[in-house]
Amino acid sequence: MARTKAAAAAAEQEILGGSLDAKDLDPKNPRKIRRARRRQAMGRFWKQYRRSAMGMLGLVILIFFIGMALFAIFFANPAATDPTLTKGPVLAPPSRAYPLGTDDTGISVLSLVIAGSKTSLLVGLAATVISMTVGAFIGIVAGYRAGLTDVSLMRVTDMFLVIPWLALAIVLASIFGQSLFIIICIIGFTSWPGTARLVRAQVLSVKEHQYVERGRGLGASDWYVVTRHVLPNVMPVILANTILTVAIAILSESALSFLGLGDPFNITWGTIIEFAFEAGATSIGAWWWLLAPSMCIVLVVLGFTLCGFAFDEIINPRLRER
Amino acid sequence: MGGRAYVLGKVFQAFLTLVLILIFNFFLFRIIPADPVKLLVRSSGHNMTEAQQDRLRHDLGLDLPVFPGQFIAYLKDTSRLNLGQSLFVSPGESVSSVFFRNLWPTLLLVGTSTIASTALGIWMGIYGGWRRGGFGDVSFMGSSLVLYAIPEFVLGILFLLLFGTALGWFPTGGFQSATGDYTGLAHVTDVLNHMFLPWLTLTLAYVGEFYLIMRSSLLDVLGEDYITLARAKGLREKVVLNKHAVRNALLPTVTLIALSFAFVLGGAITVETVFSYPGVGYLELEAIRSKDFPLLEGLFLFFAAAVIVANLVADLLYGYLDPRVRTA
Repeated sequence: MARTKAAAAAAEQEILGGSLDAKDLDPKNPRKIRRARRRQAMGRFWKQYRRSAMGMLGLVILIFFIGMALFAIFFANPAATDPTLTKGPVLAPPSRAYPLGTDDTGISVLSLVIAGSKTSLLVGLAATVISMTVGAFIGIVAGYRAGLTDVSLMRVTDMFLVIPWLALAIVLASIFGQSLFIIICIIGFTSWPGTARLVRAQVLSVKEHQYVERGRGLGASDWYVVTRHVLPNVMPVILANTILTVAIAILSESALSFLGLGDPFNITWGTIIEFAFEAGATSIGAWWWLLAPSMCIVLVVLGFTLCGFAFDEIINPRLRER
Repeated sequence: MGGRAYVLGKVFQAFLTLVLILIFNFFLFRIIPADPVKLLVRSSGHNMTEAQQDRLRHDLGLDLPVFPGQFIAYLKDTSRLNLGQSLFVSPGESVSSVFFRNLWPTLLLVGTSTIASTALGIWMGIYGGWRRGGFGDVSFMGSSLVLYAIPEFVLGILFLLLFGTALGWFPTGGFQSATGDYTGLAHVTDVLNHMFLPWLTLTLAYVGEFYLIMRSSLLDVLGEDYITLARAKGLREKVVLNKHAVRNALLPTVTLIALSFAFVLGGAITVETVFSYPGVGYLELEAIRSKDFPLLEGLFLFFAAAVIVANLVADLLYGYLDPRVRTA
């Protein structure tokens, strides 16, 4: 591969990440150097990220909702969403006392939405962790092992890719029941195929790099090569995909809940919409009861998607000039 | 010519996927804790003695070992589209006949809305990709992102609240008016009037994704050398776009849109629920509500088969349109 001098210099710059402060360059303390390099890389990433208006908008939205979820965990009063304890007016439109109106048992919709943020985000994040772990594992094994392992794993991946996921999720939820844990598992274990394909493609290209071959030549085990060389190189792809998968997981949870397959004992934005819809909020025109949880879903998904796109643009140089 | 090998390979792949799904489906529904005979007895409302229940168990082949006895019987039945009987939604009716009765409204709805969102998305993608960064592109991009973030059923509920309940422009649900005494043209208008809001919802829900696919595909093609060559030859921009760029950009778009069919079907389930539109999506909801397992199992198989066929058609179409794929 012939490379120009300038490109080589740029690549070197990329690898070395510029010069470090003299105080961090202590040859006796490699860990300190590594930490400093990592800090520098993060700083560089943040500098690029800050330039993306879409990414910053997404970040602001997400911080708002994470704050809401933290508030729900630490400060919210559980009595506010208990239908036996509330004495508010029934189905009142938004007013000064109830900024988002009340539902058919007199609970403030604002309290419902805040309580829902906690579980909706939790389901999205937990399902994503499962999906990423399974997808990354299958992608790495298939790409690294190649041969028959690769072919059979990809066949299974393709099968999961064509299964209409909502129909599958409905079947699984009907069979295994409707606890929060089951919902998380269902979403996690049905949404990994895209990640697996993406990771496999990345592994196939990383595997061809010379340092991997050199490592193996020096007698490194598969485990060492995968954890030290392959995984760090695939990580950015996995991370960008993670952010987008959270959005999909939250959408999935809301769809399942809307069909009545959510956990009836936990409030999520999806279950609020389902209750409102079942109670006939559309025909009596109780728009406030439906609008607030809907807006929350839309904004959170938009936030994750914007962040994911901004992230993708930084790590994927092919997209940068677009 | 690798044409025949390509077609056979794709057909074989689709067949293999279908077999894998059949196996998966079979074992999935054998782990249900509930005893199907007990369920059947409960749905029919008759009292049965233990001996009668054992007879029924034998008639249904449930006394055979799960593997291979029940599995072979299952494959035989499935190949004849005999998917058992619905338990609660339409007690005693065969799953296939319930399915096909509800299929036409969904085909009408999903078919027309997919055509509309594909055509609109591709047009927007060409326009946005060609004038990248222009006003049209930026506003299409913004609305695509927002539409992507809105779940289909939320969009449906918003339309229902606005155009159905508040403004009263369109009926709020059903396939046709309850009185059903319209004939001829009035009947057609009535059906279309009921279909409009779910149709609009499904169309808008997917137009954003198709726009993004077409736009990025066109941008890929516009970076190719043959586009520069076409320009260097002095061809007019319109010719470069329509004859050189768009034709090539359409190729991957065909496959990606077919792949998204699985999601469109999912969207149909929730949107039909919102508008109580009596198609297969609404049928699925009724099956969920009453835990009608044979119906759920059958619907899942039908949905999976539909997506596999859609993908196969897209693959074959892709191979037909682009000879490079066939030989690769």
